Amino acid sequence: MAASTDVASPSDPLLSWTAEGDALRAVASGAWTSANADRLERLTDSLGHQPAASVTLDIGAVGDLDTFGGWLLERALRPSGGRKTGAALAAVPDRYRDLLAALDRTNRRAPAPRGGAGGIVGALASLGANVAAIGDYTVALVAMFGALALAQIERFTKPPQAARLRATVHHFERVTWQAIPIILLITFVVGAIIAQQGFFYFRKFGAQDYVVDLVGVLVLRELGVLIVAIMVAGRSGSAFTAEIGSMKMREEIDALRTMGLDPIDVLALPRVVALVAGLPILAFFGSLAALGGGAVVAAFEGGMSFATFATRLQEAVTISDFEVGMIKAPVMALIIGAVACTEGLRVAGSAESLGVQTTASVVKSIFLVIVLDGVFAIFFSSIGM
Amino acid sequence: MGAAPREPVIRVGGLNVAFGEIPVLENLSLTVERGEILGLVGASGAGKSVLLRTLLGLIPKSGGSVRVLGIDLSHANATERHTVGRRCGTLFQQGALFSSLSLVDNVQFPMREYLHLSDRLRREVAMAKIEMVGLDPNDGEKYPSELSGGMTKRAGLARALALDPEIVFLDEPTSGLDNIAAEDFDNLIRTLRQTLGLTVFMVTHDLESVGHICDRVAAIADKRIVYAGSLDGVLASDHPWVKEYFGGPRARAALAAGAKRKSTGEMRN
Repeated sequence: MAASTDVASPSDPLLSWTAEGDALRAVASGAWTSANADRLERLTDSLGHQPAASVTLDIGAVGDLDTFGGWLLERALRPSGGRKTGAALAAVPDRYRDLLAALDRTNRRAPAPRGGAGGIVGALASLGANVAAIGDYTVALVAMFGALALAQIERFTKPPQAARLRATVHHFERVTWQAIPIILLITFVVGAIIAQQGFFYFRKFGAQDYVVDLVGVLVLRELGVLIVAIMVAGRSGSAFTAEIGSMKMREEIDALRTMGLDPIDVLALPRVVALVAGLPILAFFGSLAALGGGAVVAAFEGGMSFATFATRLQEAVTISDFEVGMIKAPVMALIIGAVACTEGLRVAGSAESLGVQTTASVVKSIFLVIVLDGVFAIFFSSIGM
Repeated sequence: MGAAPREPVIRVGGLNVAFGEIPVLENLSLTVERGEILGLVGASGAGKSVLLRTLLGLIPKSGGSVRVLGIDLSHANATERHTVGRRCGTLFQQGALFSSLSLVDNVQFPMREYLHLSDRLRREVAMAKIEMVGLDPNDGEKYPSELSGGMTKRAGLARALALDPEIVFLDEPTSGLDNIAAEDFDNLIRTLRQTLGLTVFMVTHDLESVGHICDRVAAIADKRIVYAGSLDGVLASDHPWVKEYFGGPRARAALAAGAKRKSTGEMRN
C-alpha cells in the first residue's frame, strides 16, 4: 500500500457504470481509501440500487486500496436490498487479494444483541433494578458496619502491634491536621454570616443582644458539626473511595485477600478509626472558629466588645448544647467512613465506574449525615437536652 | 517485499535520552525500512521501552534526531503530530484500551477523530478489524474489564490498526500469552503485514516470535544499539551481551523453533 492518502478531486470518477442489457458493468478507479470513503460509500450505495440482474465490478484501475475502500467493495459483493446476488469482481490485482480475502470473512455473523428490552418494559425493568439496588446498597452498608465492628473486636484480642497504629496515624494526619486550615476558614466565615444576618434582622426588633444566643446555640448544637461533617465527606470520604476503588481496579484488594488478609481490617478500619477520632476534633475547632467569626462581626457590625460577647455567650449557651453537638461528631464520622469504604469496594473495572462511585460516596454520605442530624435533633428534644 | 525500494520510515541518529542526570540512551542510531518487521530485544532495564516511548514522542530526548515518517515529534507542531498520529498505531503492553468504552467504540474512537465516515461504514469497518484480529463479533460490545489478557492484546491491536496505519509499534505483543495464543498473534502480525503492507516495530522478549516473524533484529545494550541486522548475523555478533543472549541453548532452541515455524508457514502459503 502506497503512502498516498490524497483526497480525490471531485472530477475523479472513482466509480462509473454502463448498462449492457440487464447486466451492469462498473469500473472502479483512483484511490479507494478512507479519505474518499464518504464519496465512495454514496457511489457504491447508488450502484447497489441500480436495476440490473447482475453487476460486474472491474477494480483493475484502483490505484490505492485500504480497509475502508476494501470493505466498501466487499459490501458491494454481498446481496443486499432489492438484489439477490451481489456484484462480481473482475480484474483483481494480486496485491489486493489478501486484504479482500480477509475482509470477505468478516461481518458475516451479526453479534447477539446485548442489553434488555426497550420501551415501557425496559423502563419498568430499570425502575425495578434501581429499587432493588437501593436494597442491595442498604445491605452492603450494614454489612460494612458489621465487618468494621468485627474487625475492631478482633483487634482487641490481638497483640497491640497488630493494631495498624502507623496506618491509622497516617490517615489521622491526613483527615484531621491537614484539614484544619480549610475547616477553620470555612466555619469562621459561616459564623460571621450568621451573625451578620442576625444583626440585620434582630435590629428591627431592638434585639441585637440575642444575636449571641443565635450564633452560640446554632453553631454548637447544629452547624459546627454539620458543616465540618459535610466538608470531611467531600474532602476525605471522596479520597477514601478513590483510593480503595483504584486499588480494587488494579487487583490490589485481591492480592490482600490471597495473602489471607481482610481488606476491611487493613484498608477500611484504619481510615474509619482515623475519621472517628478526627471529626470531633475538627468539629470542636470548627465551632470555636464559627464563634470567633460571630464575635468579629459583633464587634464591627454591632459594636459589641469581645468581652461582652464572651459574657453573653456564657449566659446564652449551656454545656449540654456543646455536648449535643459533639456527641454527633463520631457517629457522623462513622457513617462517612463506612459509606466511603463501601463505595470504594463497589468500583468495577472502568475509569468511569471509579468516578461514579466517588460521586455516589460524597452524595450518599452528605445525605445520610443530614438525615442523621435530623434524627438526633428529634432524639435530643425528646429527652430534653 | 524484497522488490520494494528501501525507504526508511523511522530514522534515529545519535539519540541521547536521560532521566535527570542519569543517561538511559547514548548516541543511539537505528533505521527501520518501510514494510519490514523489526524486533527490538534487550535486557530488562536496557532501555527498550524508553526508546519506544521516545519514538512515540512520549519522552523528551536530550540530543540527537528522531524522525518518524520524516517528522521529528519532539519539535512537531500540532498539525504534524496529527499527521503522525493518523499514520501510526500503537499497541501498549497492557492494551491501554479506554475502560469506559466498549471494544467496538474503542476501535471506532480514532476513526471518529480522524476520518469523515458514515456511522454505518465506521461501525462495519470497526467490526471487520475486530474480526481480522481474531476476536468474535460478540466481543465487540464487551468492555475492556470483561476481556482476558489475550483478548485485550488483540483488541489493542485492532485499535492500533483502526486507521490503516503505515507503522505499528508493538510493546511486548506476546508477553503474558500462552503458546498457542502467542503463535496465533505472530501469524496474525505476519498476515496483516502482508495484507496491509505494515511496517512493524516490535519490542519483545519472545525469541521464538523474533525467529518467526522478524525480518531484522536490533539488540539494545550499553545504552545503544549494539547489533541491527539479519537473524543469521546476530549469532555471529561478538558483543558480549548479544553473545550471551542469543548464544545460550534456550535462545538457540527458541530461535530455531521460530525459524521452523516461519519456513513451514511459508510452505503452506
